[in-house]
Amino acid sequence: MSFPWAREYQPSNGFTRFLDEKLPLPRLVYNAVGAGYPVPRNLSYFWNFGVLAGFFLVLQIVTGVVLAMHYAANAQVAFATTEHIMRNVNWGWMMRYAHANGASFFFIVVYMHIFRGLFYSSYKAPREMIWLLGVVIFLLMMATAFMGYVLPWGQMSFWGAKVITGLFGAIPLIGEPIQIWLLGGFAPDNAALNRFFSLHFLLPFVIAGVVILHIWALHIPGSSNPTGVEVKSESDTVPFHPYYTAKDGFGLGVILLAYFAMVFFLPNALGHPDNYIEANPLSTPAHIVPEWYFWPFYAILRAFTVDFILPAKLWGVIAMFASILLWFFLPWLDKSPVRSGHYRPLFRKFFWFGLIPTMIVLFICGGAPAEEPYVMLSQIATAYYFLHFLVILPIISSVEKPEPLPYSITEAVLGSDKKAVLGENTTPAV
Amino acid sequence: MTKLLSVRLVAILVGLGFAFVALFAFVIGAYNAATEETAAHVPYEKPMDIAFSFDGPFGKWDKAQLQRGLKVYDEVCSACHSLKFVAFRNLEELGYDEGQVKAYAASKQVPGIDPNTGEAAMRPGLPTDYFPSPYPNAVAAAAANNNAIPPDLSLITKARGDGTNYVASLLMGYQAPSEELLAEHPEAAPGPGLHHNPYFPNLNLAMAPPLTTDGQVTYDDGTEATIEQMSKDVAAFLTWTAEPTLVKRKQTGWPVLIFLLFATILAYMSKQQIWAAVKPKKD
Repeated sequence: MSFPWAREYQPSNGFTRFLDEKLPLPRLVYNAVGAGYPVPRNLSYFWNFGVLAGFFLVLQIVTGVVLAMHYAANAQVAFATTEHIMRNVNWGWMMRYAHANGASFFFIVVYMHIFRGLFYSSYKAPREMIWLLGVVIFLLMMATAFMGYVLPWGQMSFWGAKVITGLFGAIPLIGEPIQIWLLGGFAPDNAALNRFFSLHFLLPFVIAGVVILHIWALHIPGSSNPTGVEVKSESDTVPFHPYYTAKDGFGLGVILLAYFAMVFFLPNALGHPDNYIEANPLSTPAHIVPEWYFWPFYAILRAFTVDFILPAKLWGVIAMFASILLWFFLPWLDKSPVRSGHYRPLFRKFFWFGLIPTMIVLFICGGAPAEEPYVMLSQIATAYYFLHFLVILPIISSVEKPEPLPYSITEAVLGSDKKAVLGENTTPAV
Repeated sequence: MTKLLSVRLVAILVGLGFAFVALFAFVIGAYNAATEETAAHVPYEKPMDIAFSFDGPFGKWDKAQLQRGLKVYDEVCSACHSLKFVAFRNLEELGYDEGQVKAYAASKQVPGIDPNTGEAAMRPGLPTDYFPSPYPNAVAAAAANNNAIPPDLSLITKARGDGTNYVASLLMGYQAPSEELLAEHPEAAPGPGLHHNPYFPNLNLAMAPPLTTDGQVTYDDGTEATIEQMSKDVAAFLTWTAEPTLVKRKQTGWPVLIFLLFATILAYMSKQQIWAAVKPKKD
């Protein structure tokens, strides 16, 4: 579906006419990310991150496939083949640094994308399915990134795998058999490394598939926008190409400057030095920490330190999974008819002064050793995290009095909507 | 409507439940923190900030320093520490020619087989061989070192925080523990077979001071071999062994960033031009 004023694809020569009749792939691309997709004219730079996430997914697949040509998933040689890539493979060091930092930048842009979705309530009707698929993509990304970090078979790889699979061991009765089944043994070893490599190769393609569904679902209602007011007329939109291809092109340039600065000048800044020590089951690192993009959730896991009906460890595991799974319910928890945080005074206060500081505290505590004051800070932040999404959000959406919305996107951009004044707009206001 | 209300009601109850358990843990933790005394960490020093030629975005190897560092490794460290990811052929990157590398490799004995009998035997090294380990296996290494296996040094500067400075500081840092430290932390006194070093995270390490006197190594280029000089040189050499491509990496980065900067400026200008037609006119 699209807006009635969307431009139609016109094959320009014999070859494209032939192709359009037999396999209308150019038409699909034209309607998906070309001039055939009308997009609100008022998108800010926060709307760049979806395209950027797609770019980093492709970059990870390309660099990853090349690395897999030189890597051997065997516990005896995995660490040595990683060093082989760094030292002997032509430009192998660049491929590996690009892949390792690419994972970090993939998470940076995806976190910005999720942050955008939360502030502008992009999850609300009619875009619930886009949001749900997005949460699925995020969960798949976490699984993929975790298994990828195990592959170099350094100390953090090994102990990270042990801690994360150990989470399943917290499940009563069946926990330990599940953990052994996941690892293919009592501790991470060759069986675990091999299956992690296999799944680390597979899951990015699953992500790519869900991304296609995510974009498909996006094209049903069309993109959201900073006012949260739905598109009413042609003057509210511009064609995706050239307007947003140009804007995304600039955004891509900016993020690539930051990314390549990291790859070439600080390639190990986001990693942990212990992962340059080969995995040793007999020597436990002083502090086992996951990669930075897991820190907020790791903080929630470790915040539960007291047995209360259930064992503390089980509380931590349930809370950590719940902290992400609750995102699935957001479209039905936040019932405010207004989408954009710009017009929601109460929501905005809790977002900037509640949720954002909480995420920063959880991030810092997740990367810090499990000692005071970090444990106590993470406990307060964890409590607020659940209160924010499950208690505060449903309540403020009932009690809040939103600020007046512009009549249309055109009015928001130009100050007035001439067609609206002339009475040409027939679709009702939101 | 009632159905939707119940979804939110369940959410509120679940949210209050998680928050209650987390805050309950907080209260217990706060009570414990207030009533129990926790042992203070024994303080250790952050590595010294030492200037190296390869620091910074324009850093380059000082090949003379790397050659001196190789000599320190060769004459001191290699008695106990392996360097298993470095091949003799790699030494050409330090400025040695092919003949020098061949001669150096041949001066080392590496494990091989007797070509006639097929039995295990030692043979002179070739440029394609890797630095041999001082011990035949980990058990022998542990047995010779009071059960503490000397780590392989190939990646040591990447495997420690601020690794280059750490290695240099550690080598210069051996000293007797100060009176104040022992008064405050009696447990910090080195046990039998251990040596005090303020840069080592638990202050006591099994490695005896390897560089003990000035002039312990005789440098070929006439540089005075003070303990400080030898420590810095071997730290520089081990930075090269950890990442031989470090300088190439930085040199590759500049053209990439300059190209991207131009591309980004062009992308910005074309974006401005394309959007000019639909941007609201400023009054």
